[in-house]
Amino acid sequence: MIPVLLIVVPLLSGLLGFFIKQEKGARAWALLSAVATLVISLLGLTVFNKGNHLAYDATWLPALNSSFAVSLDGISQVLCLLTAVSFPIIFIATWHSNYKNAHNFFAFMLLSQAGLMGVFVAADALLFYFFWELALIPAYFLCSQWGGERRIAVTFKFFIYTFIGSLFMLIAIIYIYFHTPDQSFSIKSFYNANIPQSAQDLLFWCFFIAFAVKMPLFPFHTWQPDTYEQAPTATTMVLSGVMVKMGVFGVIHWLVPVLPTATWARGDVAAILCVIGMLYASFLAWQQDDLKRLIAYSSIAHIGLMGLAIFVPTSLGIQGVVIQMFNHGINIIGLWIVVELIERQFHTRKISELGGLAQKAPALAILLVIVALANVALPLTNAFIGEFLMFTGVFTSNTSRFNFIFTAVGGISIILSAVYTLNMIQRVLFGNTNTLTATGRDIRFNEKLVLAVLVVVIVVMGVYPKPMLDMTQGAVDTIFSKMFIKHP
Amino acid sequence: MKNVLELAWLIPLFPLVGFLVNGLCRNQLSKSLTGIIGSGVILASFVMSVLIFMQVKQGNTQVVSLFDFIHVGKLSIPFAFQIDQLSSLFLLIITGVGFLIHVYSAAYMHEEEAPHFARYFAYLNLFVFSMLLLVMGANYVIMFIGWEGVGLCSYLLIGYWFKNIEYGNAAKKAFIMNRIGDLGFLIAIFWIILKLGTVSYSTPEQTGVFDLFNRLSATDITGITLLLFLGATGKSAQIPLYTWLPDAMAGPTPVSALIHAATMVTAGIYMIARSNILYTMAPVTQTVVAVIGLATALFAATIALKQNDIKKVLAYSTVSQLGYMFLGLGVGAYTGAVFHVMTHAFFKALLFLGAGSVIHAMHHEQDIRNMGGLKKHLPITHITFLLGCIAIAGIPPFSGFFSKDEILAAAYAKNPVYWILGVAGAAMTAFYMFRLYASTFLGQFRGTAEQKHHLHESPSAMTIPLIVLAILSVVGGWIGIPEVLMTNAHALEHFLAPVFEKSAALAATHHLDHSTEYLLMGISVAVAAIAIFIATSRFSKKPDLQEATGFGKVLANKWYVDELYNAIIVKPLFVFGKFLNSIIEKRVIDGIVNLTGRLVHYTSRQVRLVQSGQVGSYVLLMVLSILVFFAVQFFVKSK
Repeated sequence: MIPVLLIVVPLLSGLLGFFIKQEKGARAWALLSAVATLVISLLGLTVFNKGNHLAYDATWLPALNSSFAVSLDGISQVLCLLTAVSFPIIFIATWHSNYKNAHNFFAFMLLSQAGLMGVFVAADALLFYFFWELALIPAYFLCSQWGGERRIAVTFKFFIYTFIGSLFMLIAIIYIYFHTPDQSFSIKSFYNANIPQSAQDLLFWCFFIAFAVKMPLFPFHTWQPDTYEQAPTATTMVLSGVMVKMGVFGVIHWLVPVLPTATWARGDVAAILCVIGMLYASFLAWQQDDLKRLIAYSSIAHIGLMGLAIFVPTSLGIQGVVIQMFNHGINIIGLWIVVELIERQFHTRKISELGGLAQKAPALAILLVIVALANVALPLTNAFIGEFLMFTGVFTSNTSRFNFIFTAVGGISIILSAVYTLNMIQRVLFGNTNTLTATGRDIRFNEKLVLAVLVVVIVVMGVYPKPMLDMTQGAVDTIFSKMFIKHP
Repeated sequence: MKNVLELAWLIPLFPLVGFLVNGLCRNQLSKSLTGIIGSGVILASFVMSVLIFMQVKQGNTQVVSLFDFIHVGKLSIPFAFQIDQLSSLFLLIITGVGFLIHVYSAAYMHEEEAPHFARYFAYLNLFVFSMLLLVMGANYVIMFIGWEGVGLCSYLLIGYWFKNIEYGNAAKKAFIMNRIGDLGFLIAIFWIILKLGTVSYSTPEQTGVFDLFNRLSATDITGITLLLFLGATGKSAQIPLYTWLPDAMAGPTPVSALIHAATMVTAGIYMIARSNILYTMAPVTQTVVAVIGLATALFAATIALKQNDIKKVLAYSTVSQLGYMFLGLGVGAYTGAVFHVMTHAFFKALLFLGAGSVIHAMHHEQDIRNMGGLKKHLPITHITFLLGCIAIAGIPPFSGFFSKDEILAAAYAKNPVYWILGVAGAAMTAFYMFRLYASTFLGQFRGTAEQKHHLHESPSAMTIPLIVLAILSVVGGWIGIPEVLMTNAHALEHFLAPVFEKSAALAATHHLDHSTEYLLMGISVAVAAIAIFIATSRFSKKPDLQEATGFGKVLANKWYVDELYNAIIVKPLFVFGKFLNSIIEKRVIDGIVNLTGRLVHYTSRQVRLVQSGQVGSYVLLMVLSILVFFAVQFFVKSK
């Protein structure tokens, strides 16, 4: 029942949320729902972490042989936990942000959470597609209704990108459905589908485009900096912290095990795109003056590494990706919170207009520095574990001929991340204050608290990653072994 | 009493606690309490280190495992500490010298406000903690944690006065230069994992990297050692990644002492000494290490000849001395290199703290052209600084002589050219150090009347560390007296022998005959003495006041290396980024996307599927209805 609850709680509270017209009430309702979801997720990890609690299957579209089948394995547990942790943090951190028609805003946020949970637990391809769209549609509304000045144009771009991507995925899903042994959408049938060699490549690219847009990978990324910049920050947090993981998760859960032959054959091409993206996005991050765009490009670089570690598949690397999906979410939400706090105070996100904040807001400065260090994957922060495993995986892979080049060239992004991150830190926090920042003050208690919680997670996950590694190992091994069943 | 070794984890724990307490309570603690906590935790670590050293001296070594750090599939990286001869020696240096620097700092930084004072001590503690992890780690990954940790701490401390943009830039440069080296280190770790499946060092109880080296091909071993060495050039400031270290003196002076003596720059030496067997098996790399070390030693020495900032001279002298250590490593004189790390830690900490005492007395003046005649105003600083200069110049029986001599003798055995160049560098060392000494302490005072009025000897919290370090700089070399002067007196060599055992067994050691050794020693001492004499007589009366011209200007401007790096690396990369941002991203990629968007829009208008022509809303409507259909299906189950 756990996966069902994870979907139903945010879904119902989201639908009810449309009717809570009073702003404070809507806010509190959203937070309450988010906390409840978090509790369910934690229960699923501890007390009810047993087979029958973690899966549910009900008839849905019997004519199509598609069922409402949901289940939680180690990987989806991690992502559900990330989704469940993110929303309360986001709601608390943006407690003082004002939205017109707040009840609609929070309702859409919750609907989006329901969609995300669905994507991560779906054990049926059609259901997966359904939730995929369910997660995105609220996001379109959130961007187009509550975004910045260029929101309409930007949302349109975001929509075209993701919609075209989804369309390719739908085509691929339907094609595979006809090649499953029992004409079914269930994930097991998909894993056992008998797909003609000639079609594998094409299907690979169909899925690839859908997921690459979502992640996003170079060169399918240009919606992202615009959307992150224009969306309200709370939505940006959802998009970057959790929603991009839909793409990564899709690749791991649906692409790699369903089309192993094509993954082996075409992985290098995809990996080259990832490596180019890592460097390309790092260079672009270095050029940005808008904090949101800087973080957006930094995220593209980090996601590029996840892609690389998947398309040069090793069990170590995929394990690293799974860990990193969680950690990247935590870190980037931390960064967005800081941006939000800065913007709310100074009404600008331009690095060139800031400076000297460390004098006025020491607590903010310290917390930002720690989150930024996690962003550059300093050892003993969470991101190091993931990056170390991913790079080790890529380097030690015996299937790619380019593993050394991939590691060495991709590794340059490690240096570049220090360049742009420290640049940003220095120009925002250090130096002298200017007329704008001279009036600055430190952050409020709730803001400190949320950031401090994130910092604790960053350090704990960086020092003692064992529980999460152990939790995901089995699922990773299962996925990875799928790559050999049909292709020994 | 072997169980003392089990408590080795206390050594890094104390500074970590100090970091947390000083960092979290920085607004509550008084300055004196901060100083006591900050120094006290290091003292506690030092006491533990001494206890452990006593055990190790009796031949007890141990790996202390704390927990599984990363355990995925077959890859197991424990969070474990290795207590053996090499690490226990480094522990003594780090915590011992580190403690003196902490005590000194409490007086030196007294002008700072309490929260910043606490921030300073928190960083200092974290620095020691990271360095301790680096040397105690029982595998390359734990070493790497400390490795990047010291990089972070140097960043924080160099940029400690964060209002100053210049200092911030120096801090950033240090971190980024280090990161370039770190990437090399990291790839070396991956390579080791690929070939050997483990990153743990070898111990008597457990098979590790150093037992399995014969599974590595010549390419592997050369590649791994070169990549590790790339890491070392970053951390230990060697060509081509040395330029951050001279800039690093933007931090408070005691921090320079910490970076240059007790922590950070010795990391590269430690890493190679730890991996000695791999290097012994990679002759190509050894040559590279020796040549780079020697080149750095000479190159930095030439720059030091023409610097006028008291700290800059010392900074380049560190780069140069580290070059000697790498020369030692490159010619297989591992003990000699570690020995020089130790003596260098004593005299370089002494010199930096002495310089700090001068700067303190002169009210933040650092230019030696404005000093002179400080001898009578700062008697303790003067005498201790002089002892440090003699030690670094390599005059017996001061500590620097023995360690440098050991490296040079080994270099001669490998290739006499190394030795000739090494002695030339030693002559320059003696020259620039005594140029510095004479300009600062001898002759007439050249500062302002205001400065002269305030000249004073530093408080005892600063002078006592100077005295302790001065004593160590004098006698510290006596644990490594060469065979030729006294039989069986090289206590350090005997102590470290187990660590370098395998290398010693594999490498053919050339023993110089005694007459040659006497001759070499005689020449190097004579050359140093002459250089001292020239420098002292020339600069005590008439210091180097005028602006350098001609070749001197090139040296004063550090061979324009920073400018070169800027012109051929930093600028082009930035321009490339600009090109990507404004042309590729905005015009090409987004151009294609927008074109596609327009095309869709155009088609939709032609087809007139929806009156408004808004394809977006149409498609959205479609998707929504599909979703509703799906949802309804779930509740209306067909029978």
